[in-house]
Amino acid sequence: MSVTHGKAIGVETIGMTMRFGAFTALDDVSIKVPAGSFHALLGENGAGKSTLVKCMMGFYHPTSGDMLVDGREVAIASPKDASALGLGMVYQHFTLVPSLTGAENLVISREKVPGVIDWRKERTALAQFMERMPFKLPLDVKVAELAAGEKQKLEIIKQLYLGRNFLVLDEPTSVLTPGEAQEVLGLVRGMTKAGDLTVLMISHKFHEVTAFADDITVLRKGRLTGTGKVSDLSHREMAAMMIGDQPIAALDSRAEPKPDAEIVLEVKALKAPDRTGLKSIDIADLGVHSGEIVGIAGISGNGQKEFLEVLAGQRPRNGGEVMVRGTAYAATRAEARALNVRLIPEEPLKNACAPRMTVAENIAFRTFDVDSSGKPVSWISAGAIKSFSARLVEQFKVKTASLSSPIASLSGGNVQRAVLARELTGEVDLLIVSNPCFGLDFSAVAEIRARIMKARNAGAAVLLMSEDLDELLELSDRILVMSDGALVYETPIAQASVQTIGEHMAGHH
Amino acid sequence: METTDIGLWGVPLAMLGGAIRVSTPFIFVSLGEAITERSGRINLGLEGTLVFGAMSAYAVAVMTGSPWLGLAAAGVAGLCFGLFHGWICKFPKVNDIAIGIALMLFGTGLAFFFGKPFIQPSAPDLPAIPFGTWSDIPQVQAALNVNVLFLIGAALAVFLWWAFRNTRIGLIVRVVGDSADAARAMGLNPNTVRLLATGVGGALAGIGGAYLSLYYPGSWTERISSGQGLMAVALVIFARWNPLGCFAAALLFGGAGALGPALQSVGVTQGYYLFYAAPYILTLIIMIATSSPSRALAGAPGELSITR
Repeated sequence: MSVTHGKAIGVETIGMTMRFGAFTALDDVSIKVPAGSFHALLGENGAGKSTLVKCMMGFYHPTSGDMLVDGREVAIASPKDASALGLGMVYQHFTLVPSLTGAENLVISREKVPGVIDWRKERTALAQFMERMPFKLPLDVKVAELAAGEKQKLEIIKQLYLGRNFLVLDEPTSVLTPGEAQEVLGLVRGMTKAGDLTVLMISHKFHEVTAFADDITVLRKGRLTGTGKVSDLSHREMAAMMIGDQPIAALDSRAEPKPDAEIVLEVKALKAPDRTGLKSIDIADLGVHSGEIVGIAGISGNGQKEFLEVLAGQRPRNGGEVMVRGTAYAATRAEARALNVRLIPEEPLKNACAPRMTVAENIAFRTFDVDSSGKPVSWISAGAIKSFSARLVEQFKVKTASLSSPIASLSGGNVQRAVLARELTGEVDLLIVSNPCFGLDFSAVAEIRARIMKARNAGAAVLLMSEDLDELLELSDRILVMSDGALVYETPIAQASVQTIGEHMAGHH
Repeated sequence: METTDIGLWGVPLAMLGGAIRVSTPFIFVSLGEAITERSGRINLGLEGTLVFGAMSAYAVAVMTGSPWLGLAAAGVAGLCFGLFHGWICKFPKVNDIAIGIALMLFGTGLAFFFGKPFIQPSAPDLPAIPFGTWSDIPQVQAALNVNVLFLIGAALAVFLWWAFRNTRIGLIVRVVGDSADAARAMGLNPNTVRLLATGVGGALAGIGGAYLSLYYPGSWTERISSGQGLMAVALVIFARWNPLGCFAAALLFGGAGALGPALQSVGVTQGYYLFYAAPYILTLIIMIATSSPSRALAGAPGELSITR
């Protein structure tokens, strides 16, 4: 057994600087994480959090700066050196191998693996190891069959199994339900309190930081902008350190819903096969009124994606009806145009853009083949596309080098802005949105949410699918929970409780 | 040789014999391809490797008089082809399927070029073990005259099936084939593992080729392969990347291939040509029956370019 259990180690960086050519990703950052503490690293996308962590773990070689482990200066030239010192990292995206079982994943990731593996011996050793762990996990099941929370636990267990006493957790709860997140972080917190482990957690979620961390460090544009004890700081102060003084778009206040609002989207007894073809999604009854946002919560992989694909016309359905304003809707271009249906799918670059076509062309996808009065044209005018797009780029503040750069060269937030510009221009009666803010920074998130709220107040019916419960709670008028391919729970926003929603997401009812 | 008339019994018997005889190259090529594909790469060039292996085995056997040296030469030639494929594919933006097709044409072309002088001379055969001596019926004896390579192939299938789960190397190949990111996080270099896996796959395909020229049909001609190298790639897919499945699929395929000659031998004179197409029709039917428009291929390595 290679595991040395216990004894957390303290880690420090001194004046860590990382330059990529002329660009300074990290500028003189010193942080101190004492042994047995739970430290949170906050910052926007591109603030330099990952760069800092990668320097610490030996993936990058910092331009200058030193690392101290337990007060002693160390040289970390590669991830191997880092693991020899007991430093480990749990990535945001799982690094477990899906087709291997938990036990196989643990054994193969070990430094020394015997040529022929004696599974009987390994299993006994693993069982003994697991007895000392706070998590209970099935190790003989393929990782692909584990739930997201179980995978996350297995990732952490893997690091402990490898004898790491200092863990970097990169947004560890982004794929977990609130309940799972509480459990995992609680257990990790317990281990740090017992002095077995030191944790540096990268996070966006203030409530998690407040609940579990001892100290925070905040980075902005590669610089350290704040540090301190969590108990001394409010969320507002943390946010100020993160975003500085840039303006944040304010959410429109919610217009009062009209009691007699028309039902725009109606889904009845919809059935469709899911990705594996083994199960199917089954939406019994869903109505979205004009002027309301209906949020659909759920852990990814419970059929939301398939539901969106059916509504977008990307997936055939086995039965049931989709009606928009009382007309059967099969998501053809003509129908979408006639009924003013607009769609913002997740990962817009992949699902809503032609990545190598220009920004102007992408923005004009809905309108390039009609003239100003809506009649089909036989000759497409490049000039009209340009001027139309220029207006929208201006209006939606899309940052692009030029209208003729490929849309793939834009940052995530600007791709999303371009897609929003296309989808929210003109009459919108029904807006279908999925995970619109995934991976975007603070100001982009605020702006996109404000736009969605504006569309609602202007009378659009909005169906919002999101894995981010906070987003749903902020925007929705009603929240529905999707679990195992069906809508299992509905609550108006006034009575929504994170706890109850989380339980339904996890399928505990 | 005296022939005993055993009537229609001759058909299943000939199919059994045929399955054993014809399946051997399929077993080796598909096991080799299974190793390569489990590591996350497809080598379509195995057809070329097979033909080149057949030629080099025959040539070396003619020159040295030893079929075993011929077999070794085929293995080494196959290894080189595999390593070449693996080496080219490590460069960014290189498509493994396109390289495979190029190498298929390259291998067959090169084999024809070097193989011209060896069409006439005859080489010693690889030995076979007669398991049918207990019977007086010559058909039974013929069917149970089993070449050592078939036995080695069967043992290899079982070994690989075991090794994919119980050895370090087996697990590493599966890790690389399923998630290159996970492999990198473990400090493994996916390109190296794939290079070696493609090399081993090529070596096995070369050995499959040696069987063609040194045992059945047992001579070197330019039409020695009837697409075995390509069909083996299909076999791997419908065997779901399982070595034991590859073995069973190769047997099934070999048996189907023996249907035409078997029918002919019992006196069916009409339409038996149709049965020569049996293996291909069988492949089509199985592929269609097990496919689905909306479901991903079960068991497919996650890094394979056709499933990714």
